[in-house]
Amino acid sequence: MTGSIFNIPFLAVAALVGIALYIIMSQRNLIKLVMGITILESAVNLFLVTLGYRGGGVAPIFTNAPEGIMVLPVPQALTLTSIVIGVAVTALMLSMIVLTYRHTGDIDAEKSRQMKG
Amino acid sequence: MDALVIHSPILIIAIPLLAAFLTPLISKASNRARDVLVIAALAFTEFLVIVLAKDIYLTGIHVYTLGASSPIVTIPEQYMVPVRIILEVDAMSIFAGIMSATVCLAGAIYSLSCVREETGKDRFYTLLLLLTVGQLGMEFTGDMFNLFVFLEILSISGAALAAFRTRFADAVEGGFKYMVISSVGALLVLFATGIFYAQYNLLNIAALAQAMQYTMLDKIALTLLVIAFLMKSGGVPLHWWVPDTYTPAPAGVSPMIYSATLACMYALYRICFTLYGVALNAATIGWIVIIAGVLSMFVGVTMALHQSDVKRLMAYHVISQGGYMLLGVGVGLAVLDNPEALATYGREAISGGLFHVINHAFFKGLLLLTGEALFYRLGTRDLNKMGGMARNMKFTCVFFLIGALAISGVPPLNGFASKLMIYEAAYQLNPILTIVAMIVSIITLASFTKVFQSAYTGPALSQYKDVKEVPMSMLIGMGILAGATIFFSLFPSLVVNTIIYPAADALIDQAAYINAVMGGV
Repeated sequence: MTGSIFNIPFLAVAALVGIALYIIMSQRNLIKLVMGITILESAVNLFLVTLGYRGGGVAPIFTNAPEGIMVLPVPQALTLTSIVIGVAVTALMLSMIVLTYRHTGDIDAEKSRQMKG
Repeated sequence: MDALVIHSPILIIAIPLLAAFLTPLISKASNRARDVLVIAALAFTEFLVIVLAKDIYLTGIHVYTLGASSPIVTIPEQYMVPVRIILEVDAMSIFAGIMSATVCLAGAIYSLSCVREETGKDRFYTLLLLLTVGQLGMEFTGDMFNLFVFLEILSISGAALAAFRTRFADAVEGGFKYMVISSVGALLVLFATGIFYAQYNLLNIAALAQAMQYTMLDKIALTLLVIAFLMKSGGVPLHWWVPDTYTPAPAGVSPMIYSATLACMYALYRICFTLYGVALNAATIGWIVIIAGVLSMFVGVTMALHQSDVKRLMAYHVISQGGYMLLGVGVGLAVLDNPEALATYGREAISGGLFHVINHAFFKGLLLLTGEALFYRLGTRDLNKMGGMARNMKFTCVFFLIGALAISGVPPLNGFASKLMIYEAAYQLNPILTIVAMIVSIITLASFTKVFQSAYTGPALSQYKDVKEVPMSMLIGMGILAGATIFFSLFPSLVVNTIIYPAADALIDQAAYINAVMGGV
């Protein structure tokens, strides 16, 4: 279970977090900013699911479960909740971008800025 | 009555939540019934918070296990660790709860007449109640994942409310910024929660605190949590969203977003003191908090000086005064592993910081409401276009004066009492901290003198000849906060002894928090 192949998802998580933080800090296009946040969310969700995985485990459903170890159910529950919340957050942010575009005709973070100083 | 006290931790969260989803339904029947429902739900929540507070000061920490046969059974039979979601309310939680419930009640009453002309009011009140739920939930929960969920409830409703007046471009921009920092912050919190679960297979804060090894991974988690909550509580250098979000937020909502910001500051303290506690390298983290606090004080107030938008000016003071709270509690955190220093000035510093939290929630909430009252009547927030408003809006002017004198730390108002506690305690750690804090206080007074001068005094302007006082419900909303400010000014020692010292002791006493769940194992 501690074989190196199981570490690949964790490396993917680290890469995704790095990419996401870079996008959030460097991009001025608001849609790309939202993409960065969505990537960060996927990275965290992948991290949670990977945590709960046990090599060769079966789904954690008790009725008629086959013999053997089960993967952990709690991280999966956490991930589900986090995905649902993520949808709401993304929808709200995208709708705000639509409104920003209607007001200013631009979705560039610098050009559509109203407030400075 | 006993049953009410036992179940009040969950009722305080459930009643506004239920009311939030009833609001759109009742709106279909009658607007007046909806207003009554919203105010009644919030008033009943406030009542429950006070009943629960009384019991906590008498009997100690309350735990409430969701889904258990009895709410006080925290660990199921045959288990060694808590597996259910547990609400844990100690003196610190209820202190933050009193603050949030009062500010939200005042904000909701103020909103009644202030958003009368807007469309979509049923959704406005749903979001307003959800914002209350988010704050109270964050303050009462004893579970890391639950903390994340309530943080997201608070963030989504707060961002939607800040952007509520979508006809203004700046309102949408402010809401968007709030949502961006909130979602990034919340994801960092979730990541840290995952790190804890990976190591200890636990989500409960008390159980985690007991198992805490302070490994390398725990340090990473601590960094993520401190960044996330410092960002959400508007500490420099992560403060840039504060003025943009507070300025265009509709009336009544600004103080609520402010108490939500303080709820995040509560979470920061809870993480540092209770989750890590003595395991923490307290001096380092304490100094990081102190430096963030001093920078916030100074940057906030210097940016506030040259603002001409009345609400934006007040929003910069949010950053600056938040610095005092971070400074006070940071001093206490820095000496957490030194019992002698903790007893001589650490406890006093934490108490000063917490006293400033609740004082500031009331008088800054009041000031934000008076700023919005000017906007409501004049249609502008620009100080250069105002003048002579003391003639037209007498009560608002009096409320503004109370708030402005309190925030500048003029004796005998409560801002003076809490700042004095911070000055005295910080002086013993490092005198420079106190000097900076005093200078910032003087500049604060200068900046509010400017607001008073330009908005309320001076000759009457012909274009504002017919401006009247704001409607009754807005006056009541401001009156609640002004009354709380004056009460705290008149009886500072009573307030400090009854609610502030227990809260500070609850933060310091990590073992009591753990034992309430783990049963003194």
